[in-house]
Amino acid sequence: MIDKGSWVQIRRVVLAPKERPETLPEETRRVPLLLWIKGYLLAAAEIGDHVRIKTLTGRCEEGVLTAVNPTFAHTFGEFVPELLQIDRIVKTALWGGDENE
Amino acid sequence: MSDYSAYQSLMKRKNEIMKRSVGIDYSLYELRNLAFDYQKMMADTAYSLADIKKIQALGGVGNTPLKELRNLTALTRKYAQPGHGARIFLKDEALNDSGSFKARRASVSCYHAKKSGFAGVITATSGNYGAAVASQAAKLGLKCIIVQECYDSRGIGQPEIIEKARACEAYGAEVVQLSVGPELFFVFLKLLEETGYFNASLYTPFGVRGIETLGSELVEDTLKLTGKAPDMVVVTNAGGGNLTGTARGISLATEAPVAIVGASVNLKGLHMASDADFNRKSFTTGHTGFGIPFITNPDRSDVPRSAARPLRYMDRYVTVTQGQVFFVTEMLTALEGIERGPAGNISLAAAFSLGQELKEDQTIIVQETEYTGAGKHHQAQLAFARQNGIDVVFGDPKTEIPGQSIILPRSVADLSYNELSLAEIRESYLRNAVKNTKTITKADLQFLVEETKASRVFVEEVLAKLGIQEENA
Repeated sequence: MIDKGSWVQIRRVVLAPKERPETLPEETRRVPLLLWIKGYLLAAAEIGDHVRIKTLTGRCEEGVLTAVNPTFAHTFGEFVPELLQIDRIVKTALWGGDENE
Repeated sequence: MSDYSAYQSLMKRKNEIMKRSVGIDYSLYELRNLAFDYQKMMADTAYSLADIKKIQALGGVGNTPLKELRNLTALTRKYAQPGHGARIFLKDEALNDSGSFKARRASVSCYHAKKSGFAGVITATSGNYGAAVASQAAKLGLKCIIVQECYDSRGIGQPEIIEKARACEAYGAEVVQLSVGPELFFVFLKLLEETGYFNASLYTPFGVRGIETLGSELVEDTLKLTGKAPDMVVVTNAGGGNLTGTARGISLATEAPVAIVGASVNLKGLHMASDADFNRKSFTTGHTGFGIPFITNPDRSDVPRSAARPLRYMDRYVTVTQGQVFFVTEMLTALEGIERGPAGNISLAAAFSLGQELKEDQTIIVQETEYTGAGKHHQAQLAFARQNGIDVVFGDPKTEIPGQSIILPRSVADLSYNELSLAEIRESYLRNAVKNTKTITKADLQFLVEETKASRVFVEEVLAKLGIQEENA
């Protein structure tokens, strides 16, 4: 059980596929317009429950509870060795040397 | 259970919500049939360039260093004709609080919101502008909501936008994240109505006039360092505010002719409202997907009349490829020891080649940089592209297909740009402008000449081709 007052993230459907404008590309119209937002949980609940939250600006939002203490996990990604090769290309071009370009 | 019923009624109240949330009565500037008084709208912001400098100084914004890129200059001269290869300078805008030139735009909007008694600010942006507004709002004790298009329908976020969300939250903003779709505008309107906050749009006169200081500073900086005004300034172009504000600021600081060149990353073929294409692009701004629609139809923005009108100020418009920008971003790190975000280096990629056409005693200014880090670093973007099935390989940049491949230049000689036809862009602008009319007034004709920075003869010829008549009255 996730306690009332916990910092959580919720998700809700803003527009169902059939409610989206006809001018959209097919692949976008096929899926709903979704919204994610964070705030303080107003009553104890489980992940997947329909809940209400209070956001940082004091607004109430409701939706499906998706995460508690949501964090950021973005990184620098898998190493891209081509960047080392670019270094060699530009350094050789400017400073010379026997490294091939 | 969606918001559909609210959606329809809200869209009908669009104009009144906008009027209240930006505090500008746009109808005051309308002339018939098409024209409006752009310069009066800009002048009516009630802030002079000196006022804006003061506001920005208080907000940790402006007076960024102009750095000479000596190694890149030396390198570009190796590929230029003898006597050619301009000195390349970089305005290091990443050093503004929040890490980009967008702080200039945010500072004036937030200051105005505070002064006008609004409790908070809202803006719709997936880019650096969100962090800029959140940072300025934090300084002024304003509440702040940032609305982002962030995820595809699988819930996979573009790492650059996720990083922006993190930055906005770090500055205390509430971040509303959406999946792909232009109906973001409806969520934005709903929040404006619900909260009564100020619409810190990128496209109000406040948002654009805030960049005039960037233009005037870079002229003053160049004068100090070289004794002359710059010969060419290259500006990354998306919604057009950056180019508009910079060019206006330059003309306030010097009468010397300064060539204003817009540069965008080529994302031709990728649809901006496509859920499938969303995570197949490695640039979330500075690209042709914004650049072309906004330059040919500036009033498609989130305010009735956009203050960003790049066609009025642009002398040339060029594109570069995603692979070229990533290459140049790495080159800036490796040769100048300056690590910055790729989107801020779009104009640098173009300037490297454009500079080869100028003489050695001339100067070319790259007018911005942006911060870098997890998610928005070029390493992160290339890794994400690869993960999404994009082919990242060395080759001829001209063969890059946006959404399918990122072609990294094989050598410095592969750096180049593609010149877009301004005549075609002007024609496209004019076609959009007269779409709903058969006749124009004398004032309209004058307006269209100013809007396109074209000759009267050019505008008249295009209008004649489109079957538009001038009223005699």
